Amino acid sequence: MRKIAIYGKGGIGKSTTTQNTVAGLAEMGKKVMVVGCDPKADSTRLLLGGLAQKSVLDTLREEGEDIELENIRRGGYGSTWCVESGGPEPGVGCAGRGIITAINMLESLGAYEECEGLDYAFYDVLGDVVCGGFAMPIRDGKAEEIYIVCSGEMMAMYAANNICKGVRKFAESGKVRLGGLICNSRNVDNEYEMIEALAEKIGTQMIYFVPRDNDVQRAEINRKTVIEWNSDAPQAHHYRALARAIDGNQKFVIPNPLQIEELEQLLLDFGLLAA
Amino acid sequence: MISAHDNKAPADLAVIKEQILGKYPPKVARKRAKQILINEALENETPEITANVRTIPGIITMRGCTYAGCKGVIMGPTRDIVNITHGPIGCGFYSWLTRRNQTDASAPDAENYMTYCFSTDMQDKDIIFGGEKKLELAIQEAYDIFHPKGICIFATCPVGLIGDDIHAVALKMKNKLGDCNVFAFSCEGYKGVSQSAGHHIANNQVFRHLVGLNDENKPGEYKINLLGEYNIGGDGFEIDRILKKCGITNIATFSGNSSYDQFASAHTADLNAVMCHRSINYVADMLEVKYGIPWVKINFIGAEATAKSLRKIAKYFDDPILTERVEAVIAEEMPAVAEVANQVRPRTEGKTAMLFVGGSRAHHYQELFKELGMKTISAGYEFAHRDDYEGRHVLPGLKVDADSRNIEEIEVSPDETRYNPRKSEEDMEALVSSGLDFKQYEGMIPDMEKNTVVIDDLNQYEAEKMVELMKPDIFCAGIKEKFSIQKLGIPMKQLHSYDSGGPYAGFRGAVNFYNEIDRLVNSKVWGYLKAPWQENPELSATYVWE
Repeated sequence: MRKIAIYGKGGIGKSTTTQNTVAGLAEMGKKVMVVGCDPKADSTRLLLGGLAQKSVLDTLREEGEDIELENIRRGGYGSTWCVESGGPEPGVGCAGRGIITAINMLESLGAYEECEGLDYAFYDVLGDVVCGGFAMPIRDGKAEEIYIVCSGEMMAMYAANNICKGVRKFAESGKVRLGGLICNSRNVDNEYEMIEALAEKIGTQMIYFVPRDNDVQRAEINRKTVIEWNSDAPQAHHYRALARAIDGNQKFVIPNPLQIEELEQLLLDFGLLAA
Repeated sequence: MISAHDNKAPADLAVIKEQILGKYPPKVARKRAKQILINEALENETPEITANVRTIPGIITMRGCTYAGCKGVIMGPTRDIVNITHGPIGCGFYSWLTRRNQTDASAPDAENYMTYCFSTDMQDKDIIFGGEKKLELAIQEAYDIFHPKGICIFATCPVGLIGDDIHAVALKMKNKLGDCNVFAFSCEGYKGVSQSAGHHIANNQVFRHLVGLNDENKPGEYKINLLGEYNIGGDGFEIDRILKKCGITNIATFSGNSSYDQFASAHTADLNAVMCHRSINYVADMLEVKYGIPWVKINFIGAEATAKSLRKIAKYFDDPILTERVEAVIAEEMPAVAEVANQVRPRTEGKTAMLFVGGSRAHHYQELFKELGMKTISAGYEFAHRDDYEGRHVLPGLKVDADSRNIEEIEVSPDETRYNPRKSEEDMEALVSSGLDFKQYEGMIPDMEKNTVVIDDLNQYEAEKMVELMKPDIFCAGIKEKFSIQKLGIPMKQLHSYDSGGPYAGFRGAVNFYNEIDRLVNSKVWGYLKAPWQENPELSATYVWE
């Protein structure tokens, strides 16, 4: 089983990209479990066709410690398993601690056991690496491959670089490796070249360039992945290609994050000067 | 020019300091060197010591945490306030009745919650989803069962990390309950460098939420507050006995044997007598600025010190009747003290002591040892600041660092209706020129003999090394040090909680202390610490193959 965590700046499209890619993997016949690590619990909406999912922490709170795997995971598109860790409402409690508890609960209930026949487990993690709890999926080998979703916008690249610092820290003491950057295009000038250059400097690859397409929004409003909503749409093919790229990926590295000056220079070289 | 580092100490003390520091890595040694001071003869100058700084990680310090200082030390002795620890159960449970604060709840309407342990018992899910609702329920439950006048909430470390707004919850519940004063303390254990921060947080909140609520004129004359007396082992009872005998009215003790109403009435006293300078001098300052009550430093540890303190109070009230009564009480009490001192002294004379306690006790108890003819060869505080070592004159020059900035300082101004200077400026001046010092504390170092060693924030290793190198006849500290010191073959007296003894304050306390120290330093038991076979093996043999 390959254990993959998707990180990236808030609002960059981690959940959308993850679910569409997972749909592509499912289509290839892979058995995938998606674990949403976001208190908003909206990481599996497209695979499930709605937000009906009860989160692990809600279940834990309401039913106590005595819960079954079936109480906290639901079957989604393409025989995927969908789990939401859940968490507190904004401004109270500790969401990071919640993620730790939820993942431990999944483990102790045997969600990752051999007999489950999983090919992939995906962790879709909230925003930046803000505290220990959010780094949980990359600690203790919960996730072994990291993909960072970014775009050519400065703050997205800044966040990607920052996440690399977190990954590096855990990579040096464990098995986790960076698998690549996924560019979720915002139609920034020279975006393809810029992210490729960023990836190279970090020591990784741009594993795929997902062009911007309003079909993604159209599928989302229908609570579906693009592949399920319109199997022949060009964007569906892009997500299939991303799924294949991840499935065939051989390049796993310990990232080498950039100094802030280097990052700014990169933006100057590719972005501002051209404008 | 003579610098503080000119080595005029006898070679052996300098060598001892070197030997202690020798074990440390260079950077640690440099830092600790500034906290280990050989008290040497300087020209009218108190040598400077570093204090109230972070303990270096890796050192097994004697200090406690901010929560311990707030909930344990200051609020622990309050009997009719329900003290709820908001956090996982351990912080509440292990701070439950660990100090021997005594209280007198014998009055028919007296409430006593000190024997209870209140905690919100936070679980994993409360950390994740926040603990405010659970805290609300806990306050309601405590109120429904006990209907106390006050409920206090104490934050433990996780509460600060997850950001529960305990003050908002306290205010909400105070308004909801109507007849119960609910307020909270942000005393997370990780704040500050020692329990001293917790004392400050506790006193600030008591001052803000409780002092000044009861304007009722209490009966009695010569009204004082006793600040920084925690009634360990009944010290406060003995002091109250003496005060009463002198006709002095104790309005409020902060916080030994205290009650809610005492705090609320504290602003009606006419003098603040400060016992533990460290834990409460800022409250004395605030009471003076806001209500016009002057303060003097006193000390009821030691019979002579007790007599001196009573005279100081009498001098302030400047009434021949009180002065006469105080003298009569001293004359009446002293013979019994002197009798025991004379009996004991031949057995204690010339013996040596080490004291490493608190923020005042290491100073105050030197009085009692002096009365026994014993010399304090080394002393230090766990959590005191430089002014407690060197005197208040260093206050303006104290560096405000990030740690102290983290602890709130309350700015107070004269109360619109309650501010009332107790003495006219002329009277105050006359008192000062007759030798009564207000707002004055000279600290521990000037009172110590030259060629003694003062060590701030002593640790386990240094304690053992000091005992090994200087071989005191008795070592005084707290429970954490108790058994490691005794294993070295030295009697050890706890001066935080007095083992199972006390009171040691006042006249009768002095007698208790003389007898206790006599018993400890003259015990034969320390000679039997080694098992007979460790000293003289009874059998010796060789293996057959040798």
